[in-house]
Amino acid sequence: MGPLNGLRIIELSSDGAAFAGKLLAELGADVIVVEPPGGSPQRAYGPFLDDQPGPERSLYWWHYNTSKRSVVIDLDDAAPGGGRDTFRRLVAGADALVEAERPGRLAALGLDYADLRAVKPELIHCAITPFGRSGPRSDEHATDLTVLAGSGPVWSCGYDDHTVPPVRGGGNQGYHTGGVWGAISVLTALQHRSAGGPGQFIDVNMHAASNVTTELASYGWLVARREVQRQTGRHASPRPTDATQVLCADGRYLNTGVPPRKPSEFKVLHEWLVELDLTDEFPLAVLLEMGGQYEHIGMAEIEEDPMIGEVFGAGRDAVALIASRLPAHDAFVGFQQRGLPVGAVFAPEDIVHDPHFVARGFPVEVDHEDLGRSFTYPGASVRLNGSPAVPPRRAPHVGEHDAEVLGTAG
Amino acid sequence: MGASALGHVRICDFTGQLAGAGATRHLAAFGAQVIRIEDPVRKGRWDILRGSPPFKDERRGNEFGAAFQNHNVGKLGITINMRTERGRELLTELVRISDVVTENFAAGVLERMGFGYEQLRAIKDDIIYVSNCGFGQTGPYSSFKSWGPIAQAVGGLTLTSGLAGREPAGWGYSYMDHHGGYFMTLGILAALCHRSRTGEGQWVDMSCTEAAAALLGPAVLDYTVNGRPTRREGSPDSNRDATGTMVPHGIYATAGQDNWIAISCRDDAEWAALAEEIGASWATDARLARLADRLAHQDALDADIDRWSRDHDRFELAARLQARGIPAAVVARPGERIDQDPNTAAWGLWPTVDHAAMGEVRVDGMPVHLSETDWVIDRAAPVLGADNEYVFGEILGLSASEIAGLADEGVI
Repeated sequence: MGPLNGLRIIELSSDGAAFAGKLLAELGADVIVVEPPGGSPQRAYGPFLDDQPGPERSLYWWHYNTSKRSVVIDLDDAAPGGGRDTFRRLVAGADALVEAERPGRLAALGLDYADLRAVKPELIHCAITPFGRSGPRSDEHATDLTVLAGSGPVWSCGYDDHTVPPVRGGGNQGYHTGGVWGAISVLTALQHRSAGGPGQFIDVNMHAASNVTTELASYGWLVARREVQRQTGRHASPRPTDATQVLCADGRYLNTGVPPRKPSEFKVLHEWLVELDLTDEFPLAVLLEMGGQYEHIGMAEIEEDPMIGEVFGAGRDAVALIASRLPAHDAFVGFQQRGLPVGAVFAPEDIVHDPHFVARGFPVEVDHEDLGRSFTYPGASVRLNGSPAVPPRRAPHVGEHDAEVLGTAG
Repeated sequence: MGASALGHVRICDFTGQLAGAGATRHLAAFGAQVIRIEDPVRKGRWDILRGSPPFKDERRGNEFGAAFQNHNVGKLGITINMRTERGRELLTELVRISDVVTENFAAGVLERMGFGYEQLRAIKDDIIYVSNCGFGQTGPYSSFKSWGPIAQAVGGLTLTSGLAGREPAGWGYSYMDHHGGYFMTLGILAALCHRSRTGEGQWVDMSCTEAAAALLGPAVLDYTVNGRPTRREGSPDSNRDATGTMVPHGIYATAGQDNWIAISCRDDAEWAALAEEIGASWATDARLARLADRLAHQDALDADIDRWSRDHDRFELAARLQARGIPAAVVARPGERIDQDPNTAAWGLWPTVDHAAMGEVRVDGMPVHLSETDWVIDRAAPVLGADNEYVFGEILGLSASEIAGLADEGVI
């Protein structure tokens, strides 16, 4: 039974609210996603099952709506007993509402927080919008791409070559960053309520969320007005730094992490070079043996002592040489087993067969009984050992739960 | 100041860096009492950020790392030498009156210090213990070390950030250290909700690489359902829209050096508006009016837009496109989004705190506002042992002379 068992969340289906709803559903809340007549526009997002579009075939919809229930409500229907009344009735039985409508839309429908709290005083209403509900840019039009461009991530991502555009990382991470803050805020407000506090309104600002999710790019500027510059496959930096992405023997890449600085690390690196019979190709091997004698190599020493700088450089070059001679996964496991932190550049789907992720039960089978098949999905972002969520259910069909949630009079 | 949402929660906090310290930072901003425990012998330096760049000015040392400062605002700081028996007793007393114990050491470290989940539970039956490390506490890679770029690489985020035909661009910062902290926050809050309902504590074993892999669901499904791998001709190409519903959707050059604008058209009407703004015959060509046609000609269309946009000032162009209802934004430099964006200023996104050693410093604020129990960031990160007197005296009830004795004996 999940940790949020017993909580009911209403989600108005949209790009901005989908991930917050998914996180809450993964944790065991009863999340009811409200779709307009004809179904959520997200059902038209690819990719599709067998590449054939259709409202029940969107893999995007499948992923973001696992374990949710679906009802169809026409919020444009203002007639007594119509869609708006149905929605109010639904909210009256819920703990929280999560939505990402354009500022002003719900107020125009008579369904904003001021209206809904009259129906349900202890309601927690969470609005996720590109720039917050008010403020000078709240009316701007935005997508994941434009939010990430305007709020910092894109400036820091891309290539050493600045004649090609900077890059928006994949996977709609602007929506995710806003979404996880939506889920965090809802649980924070619920904690307050369970300690005797009232319901409340939560204003989540996607643009602000990505602004404070850029590490050094923000606080380097905040404290010292240092502007970072993007670099291929590694941290953007005020000063150029050495490459950390190596092409391995199988055409895949390895992130070589922080170069060795401890004597034990130089020692194992030297031993591995010997084992791989690469010392003839690496005249600097002798420096690695020297590296075994230093107690610790700090960044200050590297800059001040030329000899230490040479040793440090030899360690970095040895890591790159070994990585280039092995398949990426062998290099990853080999370095890590020797205590050197590196990472293979996996494709998202590599976790499906990887022994570690499989051993931890991260990939999960989701039954699509409607198709007579089951498919492997990535598991939950966070799992609670003491209250594991029930295995995920497939995303709902359009209005699949109208009858059980809204009753026949729906 | 209004009520605080988490004023009833006390956290015994061993976290460091960003992936761990970031989590308890958010809870502190919502009112939780976060007591950060550091090692007096190594002067708290297991968190290397304590003395690492960036620095505010020319001063260097253990109290001048601005990243540490940023990640630890709002927390109390104490020192306990866990090598001493008295130190372990003090920690035991603190755990007994805490709700949550948090750490992001390598797997198994806290257990070897004598404070694994079973021991914590023996001290306080309903304790919530949240551990957060790169690969989790179990499985073949559990001993592997990690930091942001490694979690991003293994989780698939590095590969899926890049332009077609080029090597991965990856993320130019530790995106997963931020998100590791966010998901750790979520785990702590969910465990608190579970305890509110059932009275039970528990252990939460967080893995940053799993949290990363969970951020790329549709790509995983395209493989497991359709057999389509992410590594294929023309893929990944992450400035484009992966849902196939938005064209154009890209980042284009504008006038000046390294100046760019992001533009996306969500439907045919927005494309028609953009074509009208462009005003050239190639744009208003009926053969581009429908999404399917633009998808088929996306390479040529992007090249044409890029040729057009590079003569324009990016801020003026973004404003003109917004006026037509088209999503567009400049690729903002740090100074532009922090010092010149009216929206982040109006939000109060960059609060200032007064640090005991560094003086006034601006920090990251929070991207949410709660109407009844909003966040507060008005207290800088603690210098080493800053709150020993308060925590050992007021909370654990030791006398001033006892505390002085502990310091003399090297316990705190």
